[in-house]
Amino acid sequence: MIEIKNVTKDYKDVRALDNVTLTFEENKIYGLLGRNGAGKSTLLNIITDKVFPSQGEVLVDGEKVSNNDEVLGKMFLMNEKNYYPEAMKVYEIFNWTDKFYPDFDLVSAFELAEKFKLNTKSRVKALSTGYASIFKAIVALCSNAKYILLDEPVLGLDANHRDLLYKVILDRYATVRRTIIISTHLIEEVSSVIEELVIIHNGKVLLQDSCEKVLSSGFTITGKIQDVDEYINGKDVISTETFGGLKNAYVKGKPQNVPSSLEVTKLDLQKLFIQLTNDKEGL
Amino acid sequence: MFIEFSDEKPIFIQIAEWIEDAILAGRYEEEQQIPSITEFSVACKINPATALKGINLLVDDGILYKKRGLGMFVAKGAYEKLRSKRKEMFYENFILSLVKEAKRINIDKNDIIKMIERGFEND
Repeated sequence: MIEIKNVTKDYKDVRALDNVTLTFEENKIYGLLGRNGAGKSTLLNIITDKVFPSQGEVLVDGEKVSNNDEVLGKMFLMNEKNYYPEAMKVYEIFNWTDKFYPDFDLVSAFELAEKFKLNTKSRVKALSTGYASIFKAIVALCSNAKYILLDEPVLGLDANHRDLLYKVILDRYATVRRTIIISTHLIEEVSSVIEELVIIHNGKVLLQDSCEKVLSSGFTITGKIQDVDEYINGKDVISTETFGGLKNAYVKGKPQNVPSSLEVTKLDLQKLFIQLTNDKEGL
Repeated sequence: MFIEFSDEKPIFIQIAEWIEDAILAGRYEEEQQIPSITEFSVACKINPATALKGINLLVDDGILYKKRGLGMFVAKGAYEKLRSKRKEMFYENFILSLVKEAKRINIDKNDIIKMIERGFEND
């Protein structure tokens, strides 16, 4: 279990994290969602002791992470930044990682490289944005660490490779249960993959709950503007949008006594997220 | 992808309905093994907890059962059970709304019966 206790991080005049308290349980897949600059990467870097908090602490399996090699060995962070020597070739880094991480699954790393058509003889610096992400994700997923933290793992990946990566994540998870934290802003894509949802915004935790609970906490209703307005009158409405005489309303609660002129569908996670994290910007 | 998910219902219910349809269509026969939680999870890109929840709905209904260490199997009598369940749903989902709509636009009973006969002939 990863426990984040009252963690605050200040960079000069910016508060990147503001008194964050969060728990990541064992053997679950988490989605860490937030807009650009919300504090996702800072949080992952603090968990893995790459950045020090201004206040608060992080415990992994009950032990403090700061300067604790044993605890740090339980975690593997795939970072947006590249910490690998750029002149090295992919296969050299696989072999090198295998020496330093006793649980590293070298065979699977080469198999996955093959699946993604990642050229293992290529130098790290020669990889495209997409293949750099794939390469780092493979190393992280094959680390077999108890806690795998993936920071924007689908950055620069095309639709086919994103699809394959989600399948690979689920396949690795099926082989050995572990905690996987995926930070992303591509919400709709990960919503079926993750079990738990954490939304952070402006350095604060806005929401932590099971994905399914969140999805069943409300619904979407569609129909003629007048009919929708009549139905949502007095209800807890998250947001609405209109187009060509029709109206969509995102409503909290369970749909009840819906007239046949209206259509009910699931809550749209992306819409909920935009609404929750909207700082009154836009057209 | 074998299962196309829609936005109308939770994914775990759609998994359960997909298995039900496959049993009714004879793709999975009684005492035959169905795909594992992992196979559903990876093929459909869904969390295994979601797949498990869908499958457990059918275990509770006696449609599927677990063989220890082997996996999930279609129970004896599952086909008949599903058929009578769907027959009941057919009345609720189709016949009741058909009658309601017919009344609304003034089609009488005999006309409906004729239409149904025509439907069977044209099928």
